[in-house]
Formats: sequence, structure tokens, C-alpha cells
Amino acid sequence: MSAAREHILADLRERIASLQGVGVKGAGSLPFGVAEIDRIFPCGGLAYGALHEFAGGGSGTVDGAAAALFAAGVAARTPGKIVWCLTRPDLFFPALAQAGLHPDRVIFVEGDKDEDVLSSMEEALGYGGLGAVVGELVRLPMVASRRLQLAAERTGTMGIVVRRWRRQIEANDFGQPTASLTRWRVSVLPSEPLPVPGIGRARWLLELIRSRAGECAEFEIGACDGQGRIHISAGSGNRSNSSGLSRHTG
Amino acid sequence: MQAAKAQALFKGLTLLDADPVADAEALRRIALWALMVYSPIASVDALDGLVLDTEGADHLQGGENAMITRIANQFWAKGLTAKVAVADTWGAAHACARSATRNTVVVPRGETVRATERLPISLLRLPTKIVSDLHTLGFQTIGELSATPRAPLALRFGPEIGRRLDHMYGRLPEPIEPIRASEWIEASRAFAEPIGAPETINKYVGRLVSQLVAELQRRSLGVRRTDLLVEKVDGTRQAIRAGTAKPARDVAWLTKLFRDRTETIEPGFGIEKLTLVAVMTEPLEEEQRSSSLVGGAVEDITPLIDMFGNRGQRVYRLAAVASDVPERSVRRLQAAAEEIGEKWVHHWPRPVRLLHCPDRIEAIALLPDHPPASITWRGKRHRVRRADGPERVFGEWWLRDSELAAVRDYFVIENDAGERFWIFRSGDGVDPQTGSHAWFLHGIFA
Repeated sequence: MSAAREHILADLRERIASLQGVGVKGAGSLPFGVAEIDRIFPCGGLAYGALHEFAGGGSGTVDGAAAALFAAGVAARTPGKIVWCLTRPDLFFPALAQAGLHPDRVIFVEGDKDEDVLSSMEEALGYGGLGAVVGELVRLPMVASRRLQLAAERTGTMGIVVRRWRRQIEANDFGQPTASLTRWRVSVLPSEPLPVPGIGRARWLLELIRSRAGECAEFEIGACDGQGRIHISAGSGNRSNSSGLSRHTG
Repeated sequence: MQAAKAQALFKGLTLLDADPVADAEALRRIALWALMVYSPIASVDALDGLVLDTEGADHLQGGENAMITRIANQFWAKGLTAKVAVADTWGAAHACARSATRNTVVVPRGETVRATERLPISLLRLPTKIVSDLHTLGFQTIGELSATPRAPLALRFGPEIGRRLDHMYGRLPEPIEPIRASEWIEASRAFAEPIGAPETINKYVGRLVSQLVAELQRRSLGVRRTDLLVEKVDGTRQAIRAGTAKPARDVAWLTKLFRDRTETIEPGFGIEKLTLVAVMTEPLEEEQRSSSLVGGAVEDITPLIDMFGNRGQRVYRLAAVASDVPERSVRRLQAAAEEIGEKWVHHWPRPVRLLHCPDRIEAIALLPDHPPASITWRGKRHRVRRADGPERVFGEWWLRDSELAAVRDYFVIENDAGERFWIFRSGDGVDPQTGSHAWFLHGIFA
């Protein structure tokens, strides 16, 4: 009984997917390698051939550091070259290299305006054969996101938009609807406690705010490791150890 | 001045015979260089100058001022003193460059009349006979001449004066005939009926590219820089330049580079002639790219890089530099450069965002080597919950003498909310020689 039901459900999903777009179906997906997160996606991971939006929370809306590193971790696990479009060149690449992204793989395209970033992203997504196309944007209007999504569907390249605002109050723009397949917010949390004083592995609150044909969820995760992978963090945010200041010698 | 008179005035004067032919040849070579580097429309101006149409080319060099300073410096580096002027028209630029006391002059848009009214009439590019006759009549400056009624002047000297004045003020177009080298490969097409529709332009650009590529194929060359010259019915010219990061001979690739920008062509009353010129070529041998034995060939993204570059975006890759000073540990590479393979070898975490200039912060810290207990950054106080450090970075005394004693102590700090910052203290906390002991915030961690 249940097997038949599963079969019907799978068939229905396939038919809906074929209605939604041609490219999305065959492109596959990139699993996070964390069962709890991969389970909530209909295709078992972050879909190729689609647009995904990452934004920071709190002061991360302005610096976009956690969102950029999360994007770098995803990009590092895709095969092929990465095109990274931006307007403010304040990314410090050694940090991205520590998340497993090799500098030889990344082509930076620096424009003067948001529109330049949009057109560069669309061109790169439509080119095909790239691993991922990352763009740092302030505004993402519906029409622009639709164009990016269609370009991504055509070639099966993953498009990632890192939203980064000028002021923290402008971040309520993130509520506006866009055509992206998933939408995430990455906020920093106090780091994992260490048995000794010092700063442990960074922890993030990962909120999946929107997922087309999927459910929303939130996770507490450990930040990207040397291969760009994340893991579900067991440690809680409350720590009794208040004397965390450390001094390393040598 | 005669040679004998000059020798009487200056002791030990060296005399050289004038060699106008060699001078003209040298000037021609410089003009060809300027055409390759700066603008697709460049030519020789009079006996001693160059003229470039920099419309739409200056922003690539960082604006007009930056561009002409760079041009003047490049000549200076070769031991030549060049005077460079930018103006609305060829005539105005000619006069300003030759009269200016400074090496670089920018005449703002629409300021031609004011900039040229006090200049002598000899700079109007008139025949010497007319200039001396005008002097006899008492004309000294261009302003006086342009304020005089045209009809009596035309009756006495012919139409030349009015024509040159109109050229200077931009009332008559004066297209620049770009210099050509005989070895350049060209493909051109003249139209019996002027064309104007973007689709038609695209169609003929495609045909010209195929012609050019066939010729390149015959000589086994690839283009690095290609100009499309658009000659319009009203005698004006427009040029589009497409550069490629590697020698290219691919019809689809080159056509796409031009079609991407045909919308910037203003056909006006119609286009009479399209010319495609391979300005810079390099040898390009045939090579086998794909094979049925090796599946999944490595994708070549040079066409994409060219597309970004020709749209005026800055395209680059980053590479590691062996330096402990964070802002010096990254350098930019050409996007199409060979793969380097090396990475940074830090064991310490590095911030995702690095501030261009470290921000001054207030910190309360126990010297010499404790992390701060709290910091105040941009008016907001952060209590330091946890910290790591110090990581000591020494100045690069082997490169810069002033950094002989300089030291920075970096700390990673985390506040109550979990935000992580990269801060440093200038100096080692003991010796004032090593730094000011002020605290700075340099980066933001994820």
C-alpha cells in the first residue's frame, strides 16, 4: 500500500517539476552531506540550475561575512570554475581558501553598480559549464531574479545571490518576493565551547526562510570546515564559562 | 632664429640636421602604438602631434585626467616631454595642447570658447600666409577673430578661416581618419543604401567577422584586439573595440563580442560603411580540443572573460603572496592567466571581510599581550567574551626601511552575540619604537 503511494507521489512530483521548468529536473542537486538538512529538500540538496539567496542576520546584513563564507562553502563543493560578481572588493580570499575554495577556481568580476552585477551574473549563468555563479547584491527585484533563475535553468548552473545591504534597517527588503528557489539567512552564534580558553569552531544559525515545494526550517550548524562542509552543532549557545579570554604563547 | 645667431647666444650648442622623414616615421609609429593602447581612432596631427578620439575610451583608464596623466608619464619615461590636452573638438585640443604651460590640460565640456579665446591665431591650423596677413591687420587672438564678421574675412582670405573656426567650436564635424598599418588584416563592406536597423548591423557584422576569420585562418593568426569602424552618412565615425584575453579565431566568439555592443552604435542618418580591422594579432596554431577518448573536456571560459572585459568590468583572479601582512598577502592576476596552484599557508583563521583601511577603535586591555576586555567600534561598545591571540606580524624591513621595528599584534575576539572581529594593536605593547599602541579593527569573521 505504502509503496504504491510513494510511487504515485514520486510520479506527481516529477510531473510538477516538469511543469516548473525543463532545466531543473535533470540538473540534480548538491547535498550538504547532513541528513537533517538534506531531508527537507524535495531533490535531496541544494538544486543545480536554480537561484539561491543567502543573507546575513543582525550586523551580518551589512558585512555579509557569514553569508559569503556559506556561499563559498557551497561553491567549493561544486565542480568547475566559480564566477564571483561584486561591487565592493572587501572579500579577503585567504578565509575563503580556508573553506576549501582554491583561488585558481574563482574569477572575480567587479562592477560599479548593482545592474552590472546582475548582467554579469546573467551572462555567466547562461554560459554553462561553470560550477556556481555568486553575486553580491543589495537589491534583487522580482524581474531580475526571474531572469537569473531562467538563465540558471537553461544551463543547469547554480546561481547564488549574497544579499548585502548598506544599512541594517534596509534588510527588511529581504521580505520582498523573488523568484529564487531557496532563501536562507545565516546569523552568527557564539562559537563552540572549547575545553581551554579561546575561540572554537564558529557556529551559525541557519534559517531556511523559503523553499519552493519544500518546508522552512532552522538549524544550528558549525561553520564551513576545510572542505566547505557544515555540520549540525550539538553545543548550545549558553555557556557557563565566562572566563573565555585566552592568551596563546608562541 | 638662424643657426649662427643661436650659436652666438649659447656656448657649445650642438647642431643636428633636421630629418623630417625620420621624424614623420617615428611619429607614425607612436600613433600606431597609441591606437593599439588607447583608442581605436588615432592619427598623426600636423608635424608634431597625435590626435585621439577618446570618446568612450577614457573611463577604462579611470577618467580623462587619469588617462592624460598616464599618457604624459609614459612619454616622460621614454625621455620625451609630451603636452596632452583633452577638449570637445580636434581644433580646440590642438590649440590647447600647444599653448599650455602645464603638461596636461582638460577643457571641460562646453568650455571651448572660453578656453580658446585668448590663444594666438597661429594655433588655428591656418596656412602661414593667412596668419601673417591677419597679424598685419592687427588680429592677435582667436577670440578677436571669431568676434569679427565672417563675410569681409571670407572675401579677403577665402573660406578657410570660417571653416577652421567652425571646426574648433564643433559646428562642423571633423572626423579623424585613423592611421592604418599596411600589414593589418581588414574586412570592409560599403553599402549602396545606408543601413541603420540593429538587426541589419548585426547581420553585416557577422559576415565581416567570417571574412576576417577566413583571412586569419589562411595566415594562421589569432586576434587579440579588433576594431569595428562605423562610418556614417554625415561624415562622422564611431568605433567599437573588442579585446580578447587570448588570441581568438572563432567566428561565434568574435561575433558575440561585437553584437553585445552594437546597441551602442548610433546610426544617425544611416551607416555607409563598416570596417573590421584586426589591430593586434598573434600566431595561433590549430590544436585538438576535444577527443572521443577523453570525455568531459575542461571548459574554456576565456570567451566569458572577454565578454566581461569588453563591457568594462574589472575581471581578475586572486593569488597568494608570501607576506604576513594581511593586506599584502593577496595580489590580483589576469583572469586568463595560467593556474598558479599555490594557496595561503596560514594555520590561524582569517576574516572573510577585510577593511580597506583598518578602523581605529578604543580598547581596554592589559598590556603587553592580553586581548582587550572590551572594544568600542563605530560608537558601539562590544564586551569581549572570548579571544585568541596574539599573532605577531612583523614589518617587512627587507622591503621598506620604515618598517624596521614595526610590529602588529593580532587578536581574534568574540562578543556576547557571537560576532567575531579581527583586531590588532600597533606595536608590541612594551617598546614605543614598534608602534603607537593604538588599537585597530581590521576584519570581520563569519
